[in-house]
Amino acid sequence: MFAFFLRRLVTLVPTLVFVSMLIFGLQQLLPGDPAQILAGEDQNPELIAQLREKMNLDKPIPVQYGYWMAGVLQGDLGESARTGQPVLELIMEKLPVTVQLAFMSMLVALIISLPSGIISAVKRDTLIDHGARVFALSGISMPNFWLGIMLILLFSVELGWLPASGYISPFEDLGANLAAMVMPAFVLGNGIAAVLMRHTRSSMLQVLATDYVRTARAKGLRERVVVVKHALRNALTPVITLGALELGTLLSGAVLTEQVFTIPGFGKLIIDAVFNRDYAVVQGVVLITATTYIMLNLLADMAYFVFNPRLRH
Amino acid sequence: MSTTLTAPRAPASEAGPWMRAWRKLRRNRVGMFGLMVVLGFVLMAMLAPWIATHDPIAASWSAIRKAPTAEFWFGTDELGRDVFSRVVWGTRASLLAGVVSVAIALIIGVAIGMAAGFFGGWVDMLISRITDAFLACPFLIMAIALAAFLGPSLTNAMIAIGVSAAPIFVRLTRAQVINIKVEDYIEAARAVGCSPLRIATFHILPNITAPVIVQSTLTIASAIIAEASLSFLGLGQQPPDPSWGSMLNTAKNFMDNAPWMAIWPGLAIFILVLAFNLLGDGLRDALDPRQR
Repeated sequence: MFAFFLRRLVTLVPTLVFVSMLIFGLQQLLPGDPAQILAGEDQNPELIAQLREKMNLDKPIPVQYGYWMAGVLQGDLGESARTGQPVLELIMEKLPVTVQLAFMSMLVALIISLPSGIISAVKRDTLIDHGARVFALSGISMPNFWLGIMLILLFSVELGWLPASGYISPFEDLGANLAAMVMPAFVLGNGIAAVLMRHTRSSMLQVLATDYVRTARAKGLRERVVVVKHALRNALTPVITLGALELGTLLSGAVLTEQVFTIPGFGKLIIDAVFNRDYAVVQGVVLITATTYIMLNLLADMAYFVFNPRLRH
Repeated sequence: MSTTLTAPRAPASEAGPWMRAWRKLRRNRVGMFGLMVVLGFVLMAMLAPWIATHDPIAASWSAIRKAPTAEFWFGTDELGRDVFSRVVWGTRASLLAGVVSVAIALIIGVAIGMAAGFFGGWVDMLISRITDAFLACPFLIMAIALAAFLGPSLTNAMIAIGVSAAPIFVRLTRAQVINIKVEDYIEAARAVGCSPLRIATFHILPNITAPVIVQSTLTIASAIIAEASLSFLGLGQQPPDPSWGSMLNTAKNFMDNAPWMAIWPGLAIFILVLAFNLLGDGLRDALDPRQR
């Protein structure tokens, strides 16, 4: 088991190196000289030269990457061109908000997808199954920002039950925080629920067709016991790995959801940075997002391994 | 007996399997429904000037944020433009973005994936690691970052989406090529002295088209959502040209007094994407029975 984890960790290194190169390389796409952009309107040549030296732009690109990477490894992601605040500090400020949104969304996704996936598989080809599958396909096809707008129209504009925006920290007022977060969490969770439901259903169908499930039934066990104890346990392992891939959807979706509900998180940070041409912040957010995603996938692989004893040999 | 050696034809290049797949697809009612809806949208995009009842760009100060009426079927927006006409014209941006970005992803992805699968060794190693790195960045975040650095426009959004989606095709093509490379007919082609390029284009490529077509259809669905998302964030189609995503972006500011602005563009995205997903699933059943 240890050897497997070690091997998995080692393959992580080149991936992380390429990711960092990729993100560093983004700035080469910028038309013109970043120093000139930073210098602003007046284009003072002395200031530009100064900036070039400060940003190491006068050095060859591999050397620039070396400087940048050395900084990143020490937790220095550069400074916001807008406010001068360190990028890492900005990200750390916004991160808790997005983490809360992500957790609540995952919870929503699991609450919807697991029962509906299981029932859909057990009641295969019945009306319930067809209904659940239509729901899943719609969930996949619906842009989540539109679902968000529609929910705001219904629950905020028409009914006035929930606030359309206005994030409040849970430490200030937990009730108000949850009221503001329930719609975004549902919007983000719904799309993921659709994918997870499909995985759960197909995985359950596979397991329900195995010999040991037939044996369990033949022993005269109640159907509930067969489904929950024998089938579900084995069906959930692939769902964990496939579900981990949805964490990327979760991070991407958070950007849009936060934009719709004006939640001051990670997603809002990157979009604001894009429009302020605050490229260091964009790079920092993408780097942190990608690293988080890679780490979460690693954890999912490990969980898969732990839950599936057959792999240990 | 003639002893002229010709490499055996790749099986999928004959008309047979394609006709069989088409017949199978025709029997699949859900898949055909998807195809019909997609074709409907294609027609709408092509005939937009005739279907639209108003100029999609002309502002009218006398008809600002009017609720749907007999003249303005879907109402009007904050500049008095007809929402119905803008939804009709918006089909062009969405379909174009879906098709062009997937074409970009296909060209990059299939070429690189073929190289990785065909050559193996360190070429494969390098390509696979770079692909992993791309896939490690969530799709939309990658597209946002690319669009941000390239500058906001529909063209750049399509490039950003295409490049971000390319790794999916690299992986798919590579896996397919590795499977097919060991088949007897490839060995035979090599034995009669076909050049690697010839083997790749005439013997391997035709045999990987089925899964690539299925994946392309499903990726068009994601690409349309991605374009709408980028436009919604202001990184896609720029005003005043109509696109469903940017219409929703504006509509968000007028939810209290003009809800009709938000309903129709979103519904259009939903239906078109759903249709591509249904078609993709139907194609998978017809073309790629193993993947069921």
